[in-house]
Amino acid sequence: MRSAFSPWFSTVPPALALAALALAAVQAQDLKSFEERTTTKVLPNGLTLIVCERHEAPVFSYSTFIDAGDVNDPSGESGLAHMFEHLAFKGTSQIGTKDYAAEKVALTKVEAANDAYEAEYLKAVGRDPQKLADLKKAFVEAEAEAHKFVIPNQFTEVAERNGAEGLNAETGLDNTMYFWSMPENRLELWAWLESSRLADVVPREFYKERDVVIEERRMRTDSNPIGRLVEQFLATAYVAHNYGRSGIGWPSEVGQITATEAMEFHRKYYVGSNIVVAVVGDIKASEALPVLEKYFSRVPAGPRPEEMTTVEPKQFAEKTVVIREATQPIYIEGYHRPSYRDPDDAVYDAISDILSNGRVSRLYRSLVRDQQIAAVVEGFSPFPGDKYPGLYCFFAAPLPGHTPAEMRDAIHKEIDKLKTSDVSDEELAMYKTRTRADLLRGLANNQGLANDLAEYQTRYGDWRELFRQLDRVDKVTKADIRRVANQVFVDSNRTSAWIETAAPAQQAGAAQKEGGAQ
Amino acid sequence: MNPQSPRSFLKASLLFAFCAASLAPFVLHAQQDKPWERIPVPRLHEFKPQQPKRIELKNGIVLFLEEDHELPFVSGSVLIPGGSRDESLSKAGLAGLYSQAWRTSGTAKMNGDQLDDLLEAKAAHIETAGGEDSTSLSWDSLKGDADQVFSLAMDLLLHPKFSVEKLQLAQQQEATGIVRRNDEESEIAERESNKLVYGVNSPYTIQPELATIGAVTVDDLQAWHDRTVGGRLIVSVGGDFDPAAMESKLRAVFEALPPVKPAPARHDAFPGPTPGLFFIQKDDVNQSNVQIVGLGTDRRNPDVPALALMNDTLAGGFASRLFQKVRTELGLAYAVGGGYGFAYDHPATFRVEVLTKSATTVEATKATLAELAGVVSRPFTEEELKRAKDDILNTFLFRYDSREKVLAEQVRLEFYGYPPNYLETYKEALEKVTVADLNAAARKYIHPEKLAVLVVGNGPEIKPGLEELKLGPAHPIDIAIPQPGQPEKKQ
Repeated sequence: MRSAFSPWFSTVPPALALAALALAAVQAQDLKSFEERTTTKVLPNGLTLIVCERHEAPVFSYSTFIDAGDVNDPSGESGLAHMFEHLAFKGTSQIGTKDYAAEKVALTKVEAANDAYEAEYLKAVGRDPQKLADLKKAFVEAEAEAHKFVIPNQFTEVAERNGAEGLNAETGLDNTMYFWSMPENRLELWAWLESSRLADVVPREFYKERDVVIEERRMRTDSNPIGRLVEQFLATAYVAHNYGRSGIGWPSEVGQITATEAMEFHRKYYVGSNIVVAVVGDIKASEALPVLEKYFSRVPAGPRPEEMTTVEPKQFAEKTVVIREATQPIYIEGYHRPSYRDPDDAVYDAISDILSNGRVSRLYRSLVRDQQIAAVVEGFSPFPGDKYPGLYCFFAAPLPGHTPAEMRDAIHKEIDKLKTSDVSDEELAMYKTRTRADLLRGLANNQGLANDLAEYQTRYGDWRELFRQLDRVDKVTKADIRRVANQVFVDSNRTSAWIETAAPAQQAGAAQKEGGAQ
Repeated sequence: MNPQSPRSFLKASLLFAFCAASLAPFVLHAQQDKPWERIPVPRLHEFKPQQPKRIELKNGIVLFLEEDHELPFVSGSVLIPGGSRDESLSKAGLAGLYSQAWRTSGTAKMNGDQLDDLLEAKAAHIETAGGEDSTSLSWDSLKGDADQVFSLAMDLLLHPKFSVEKLQLAQQQEATGIVRRNDEESEIAERESNKLVYGVNSPYTIQPELATIGAVTVDDLQAWHDRTVGGRLIVSVGGDFDPAAMESKLRAVFEALPPVKPAPARHDAFPGPTPGLFFIQKDDVNQSNVQIVGLGTDRRNPDVPALALMNDTLAGGFASRLFQKVRTELGLAYAVGGGYGFAYDHPATFRVEVLTKSATTVEATKATLAELAGVVSRPFTEEELKRAKDDILNTFLFRYDSREKVLAEQVRLEFYGYPPNYLETYKEALEKVTVADLNAAARKYIHPEKLAVLVVGNGPEIKPGLEELKLGPAHPIDIAIPQPGQPEKKQ
């Protein structure tokens, strides 16, 4: 391996040592500088506020981090956390309505009409088509009646007219994040808007939004080859834990989620103790905190939701999924690994860095540069989430004329090298240097910082872990890498999934039949 | 597919979001109380973005320096005129191959692999990239490594040594993209709708094929390099450096270059699409991707401020007419939107897209076309204009809220020959747009009968069928990928 790196490589270690030293000094400075600029406050309702001052321009960014995602969807209701996220843009009892008292009555009728329709629809025996049509008609009428009170998209309208930039939200399996950036003089307005939707969301236009979300599923999953492959891959890799379940929801489930269920999810998970709000930008903590405290105190208190108790049983049989369709080949494989709280978490990052960070990485040099069998190849983890034990994954796209089997064999050779011989000093040093530099590069971005501070505060109980994680990075040894590779990269712990190109006629119904009530 | 980052791709496949793209806002009805309007909005903190120092050398090369001492990094770039729109059809893909093989080949002193080892050990980067109208060389590193990384970058700029092996590697990557280009519905829809707007062999839709990338040689790369690097380069450096020292370092390299050769004037034809209905069959989808396209304009057009506001009210954001109707009210689409495009130096596309389940293809397309036609029958109101102005003007700050953005904007304006105060004059022009201007722009530019409608979808599932659109017969488009040696197909 070493000779392949050519003569000047012997000059690298001193340079590396210098780079690492310079970076270490920067890290200490940065943690200190951030401690001076960052204030944390836990409100009586349990909600944690983080304010970080950064006065580069008169703007701020925020991130509201809810420690709940689609992994928390109850059985039979996959896609619920994401459905609620869409609801959180529909306004409150004060915004988005012409007359909330009357609207509330109308919404109750919508819910009753939907329940009646679904009860008939789901009858296994004796469903009456005429009754079903009548109930559907009654539902549509109830919806139209409720719609009369709606001022559509008023929540987002007020935000955007006041300069919200990059307004969006994301629901992952582990958590849900809401975010945007704004001119600094809108801080109080933002605090009103954001706390209102956390505390006082109204399930209006829910069933139309459900249709929108199902279109999102068609776009990202059903009509996308990699979307389909990943869904099948995860469903195969997990037998018990919700990481194996479709995040956006199985069509028959997300298609039957009700507004009542979405509001129940909100009641349970959108409590102060389960929320961190981080604000970064041109604001003063001494002036901002009282304002934030006033508004965010409106979020209901409540017990922190119980942790999921399902533990994925140890895999003992290798599993494979093959999709044959008129798409070019793709190869994925994954091995179960522990969650982010495992002491070896940084060891997995070191493995990813050495295997696939850039053109110096082992997988690039082996499969792309030297063997010339892949266009792209990467090892990464954890996937699909980090809060619970996820997978260490490999992904490869073969060059024309090469096959998924060649990807698998070539990846396994690289894995064997990790198991049987130590990585080089240079590789390990490079991982440490790049990790530090990447952390630093991220510090000059309000939105990125807000997201990181909120996430680290949630995951470790202290945002400082964003910097302190570098201590764990520094402690990774060559022996750790070899030990972990031998523990995890075991045949019986593997699930692989690939696409094999087939003529269109052989396709096994890739465009699936849709389920759902409507 | 984009073979860049499978990780972000896979991660993205599991992140579900409220909106598909950054979208921007609607009609106020009677409402008793608006508590948010009682919240004070104080005066914004005083802010004047620091503009970069601009130096024009005698040979015509332009330097920009933007100091930024927040973090101990220095980054820079050389922007080089000439990109894929300047390729010959028989070697389509040359600029893309060049921009990959330039960096991976390296120089006579240090080949690309050695460069990788050296730079990555320092968490530094030197990269090359290519686009439609330019290529670029960029670098970044920690402050302490900046001198060395700059020297390496300049060596790559002035003394590249293109390698046959690295060209071959780039050709393989490009070939992978070609054989995979019909796998994703959205990629097909975007590519083929652009061809409807600009024509099949336009410089703006030039399409690499296995045969054309195979025809590219190392000599072609060297010739391209020699020609383009003799053009009017724009060099920009930002970060934690001493400005006087940096200026003399840049002068030492760039003053030594010969006078720049101006790019020849372009004479591209922009006839716009043949109106009508076009269809591409995709068996493995349950959602149609509908693109309604025509020719847009360029930023020198004085109507651009009115068009920008029209975009916001018609198709640009949460409260736009299209979003309100097709997504919020009808629930027919997750992704719906678009706008009348304006590029810096040529007409962009006018594009409105809607993604809807196969069975509602006709309903969603009709609803979208009705909103386009509605700009004449239902003129924009004062309230809609005011909302659009609030949206755009209150977020205007985000065009220059970091020094990196300020520097990039000045480089862009310089490249396309716009005055450095363009953003200020543009903002003033936006403020002055009246509702009469807005409606005049809508009448002048929105002509649904001149647009092409492309549907990519699963024909047998599309019921009612596309004939219900009453746009004439659906012209099928053949997207089969030609194998080398096959005669070129005519479209």
